[in-house]
Amino acid sequence: MTTATPPTAPAPDAGALPARSGGPRRLLAAIGGQNLSLIGALVAVVALFGWLDPNFVGWDNIRVIAEAATISGLLAVVQTVVIICGGLDISVGSQAGLASVTSAMVFTSAGADPYLGIGAALAIGAGIGLFNGAVIVYGRVNPTIATLAGLAAYKGVAQLVSDGRAQGYVLGDPVFVFLSRGRIAGLPTMVWLLILTAVAVHALLTYTDIGRNVYAIGGNDTAARLAGINLNKYLLAAYALSGTVAALAGVLLTARTGSGQPVSGSEGLELQSITAAALGGCALKGGRGGVGGTLLAVALLGALQNGLTVQGINSFWQNVAQGALLVAAVVIQQRRNRERAVGLPA
Amino acid sequence: MTTPVPPPVPPPNRSPGLSAEGVSKRFGAVRALEGVTLDFPPGRVTALMGENGAGKSTLLRILTGDHRPTEGRVLLDGETVDLHSPQDARRAGIRIIPQEPEIIPHVPVAENVYAGALPRTRLRLLDRAGLRRRITADLARLGFAKVLDPDLLGSELTPAQRQLVEIMRALTGSVPPRAIAFDEPTSSLSEHEVEALFALIGRLRDAGVAVVYVSHRMKEVFRLADRIAVLRDGRVAGVVEAAATDEAELVRLMVGRDLSSLFVRQQVATERVVLDVRGLTTDDVAGVSLRVRAGEVVALAGLIGAGRSELALALAGDAPVRSGTVALNGEVLRLRNPRDAVAAGIGLAPEERKAQALFLQRSIRDNTSLVSLHRLRRWRFVRRRQERALAQEYADRLRVRAPSVEADVRTLSGGNQQKVVLARWLARKPDLLILDEPTRGVDVGAKAEIYRIIADLAREGTAVLVISSELPEVLGLADRIVVMQNGRTTGELSRDQATEEAVLALAMAEDLAAAADPTTTGACADAATASATDATPDADADAAQTGETR
Repeated sequence: MTTATPPTAPAPDAGALPARSGGPRRLLAAIGGQNLSLIGALVAVVALFGWLDPNFVGWDNIRVIAEAATISGLLAVVQTVVIICGGLDISVGSQAGLASVTSAMVFTSAGADPYLGIGAALAIGAGIGLFNGAVIVYGRVNPTIATLAGLAAYKGVAQLVSDGRAQGYVLGDPVFVFLSRGRIAGLPTMVWLLILTAVAVHALLTYTDIGRNVYAIGGNDTAARLAGINLNKYLLAAYALSGTVAALAGVLLTARTGSGQPVSGSEGLELQSITAAALGGCALKGGRGGVGGTLLAVALLGALQNGLTVQGINSFWQNVAQGALLVAAVVIQQRRNRERAVGLPA
Repeated sequence: MTTPVPPPVPPPNRSPGLSAEGVSKRFGAVRALEGVTLDFPPGRVTALMGENGAGKSTLLRILTGDHRPTEGRVLLDGETVDLHSPQDARRAGIRIIPQEPEIIPHVPVAENVYAGALPRTRLRLLDRAGLRRRITADLARLGFAKVLDPDLLGSELTPAQRQLVEIMRALTGSVPPRAIAFDEPTSSLSEHEVEALFALIGRLRDAGVAVVYVSHRMKEVFRLADRIAVLRDGRVAGVVEAAATDEAELVRLMVGRDLSSLFVRQQVATERVVLDVRGLTTDDVAGVSLRVRAGEVVALAGLIGAGRSELALALAGDAPVRSGTVALNGEVLRLRNPRDAVAAGIGLAPEERKAQALFLQRSIRDNTSLVSLHRLRRWRFVRRRQERALAQEYADRLRVRAPSVEADVRTLSGGNQQKVVLARWLARKPDLLILDEPTRGVDVGAKAEIYRIIADLAREGTAVLVISSELPEVLGLADRIVVMQNGRTTGELSRDQATEEAVLALAMAEDLAAAADPTTTGACADAATASATDATPDADADAAQTGETR
């Protein structure tokens, strides 16, 4: 993996690629051009806001950014998996909201049992994810449409069961307190959860045969099918994973705000997660992308959002910035594909 | 060719017509063209020949503004033309008739022809009367009035009519054509239509247009071309006057070596039956029975639409089996999906390798290991070193030409891409390997290597089922030939019995029977005619090959 072998059968006039390249170049190649530009943008954003307000780069603020970015980060990581498969999940925010409500209400009605509350939320998330996958695979509904319907429907369910209000109060419970304010080795528990999820998903995608098959399905589903890959199983699993992690995000939302929130805090997470994945280099057609790029994009978005807030810029502008970034990310991606600008994009 | 050609008067210094000057084109590490300098003079037909992958299409795309050259320039009558798009080329008077016509399905012929420049009234409405006048005039002028009804919808057109629409697009418009490139225009035309096309090309030539004619068919090239330019490996291998050359010289120029030892003939088939298909019926094939023994190469011959690829997909588990059985090594298989087939030991290298087999954005390593990951993993983690070694082993064995096994498959030529598909299955060591058109779009050098790979596989005891529409290939490769038509097998020929005529007769057996039988009901006759029409392109191709080899 680390050294390039010489050409298998060098044609006399074939472009003589360097068989070996130096350490720095290898490092650059490993990071990738997309990630390098993300790092560049991150450095620029940090430098700008740090210059405007030195507290921006203080440890405390960085922790605030990390905590704020955790929930959208979790969703961005699983969105990455779904997008690599060639799908899309725009119902993650609503799923998180429903899970948040579920965790708090089950917690309360089960006599303050945090594990039952969290377990119920995760189970509901996994179930909804599977249902999304089933609608797409067996109902033959386009992923965007299926999860757009889910975006509306799951939000409605969350509002119905909660009567549209915040439910329960969980911060009397040590487990929820640990999730929201606990620290392990100086880092907030929430951030650890993001790190664990990201590492696990990264390992899954990069080092296992499961990951290979995921990239194969998104890259060319016919070829993947003919190679004997069980597409339905993978797609259902990807959506179930998405639902489960969205539910985890919902639980964290409950822990942070102290109660189950049907809408507040989870609305717009789908946009953030898709923006991060696209900005991080996921091809929206599937088959390309990775957790590393997505996390860099999450950091960039988090820093940007925090910086704008610190500078007292109207939060409406942040919506504008989000939308603009998403479009810009996809435009850059498509320009790299060198697709001809004729008609609807493929 | 008999019509007198108005003598073109070439200015002494600048070569008139369309020219490429020092044109090079690179796609990543692949050098598609290298310093190509070629003139296409006005009033002459210049054939452009070369193996697949020699750079013909790239050159055409550069000449017609679809690609920008990495180096060099395009000249028209001695003036550099800077082409940024096909529209630029069109405005400059350079046209191309693409191999695959682009037709808008739900729109009539007339609107297809003038799409983008429809006549309109002062109120900006479509000027139907004007459109009608124009299409009638143009059809008459080009001699297509009898073969192309302007009211037909795009979706109703035959392949030949679709081609005519493209030709009309090229020959109409405000700027008269100065150079026209035809990219294998006869591949979907019947003989009668080919004649009409040739007459048209003759008229264009006489009108002083520079004609570029890309074709593989020697007969056509010798009939039509004044000069022949041959590309090999992205360079100009030679430009010859058609009158002063022959087929042998062209082949030498194209291939750069002798062709006689292309096929490895050997007889290694054993008695052990690997594949035993009995009465297999799916939505597309009916009652197919067929056996392939270990070490045997069986070819499936037939016209396009005969159901051969459908049979291959059914054997690979990708089509629901309605009745009949498929047994592998004596064990009847339950083929519900391709997974079952792969697990049982059946591999398929499908017809459309880019669409059905390859992951173009992934490396050779990834593409090779895909169906062998189960033996490369520990827990679920892929052992990278073993994976790389496997990919390297098969890349070496199949002589895949690439900078390394980490190169993306999209950067490879067609032949090398096909070898990667083969490497995937060879690494899996299937008992039965089905190869659907394994040499389509592959240059002669790679063809020979693929034939060698097939022979090696047979020697190792693999049962090989090859689908090919090239009769010489079928005859050269197979121990036995099974011929199909309309989803059924119509006969079987041993190597000794097989001739091109015998194969073709079986490939059209049902039509011949229908024609010979006067009691056939009208409906059946219609069906036979329809299928014969459907199969025209392939029949034509085969006929052309038969003609060439005679």
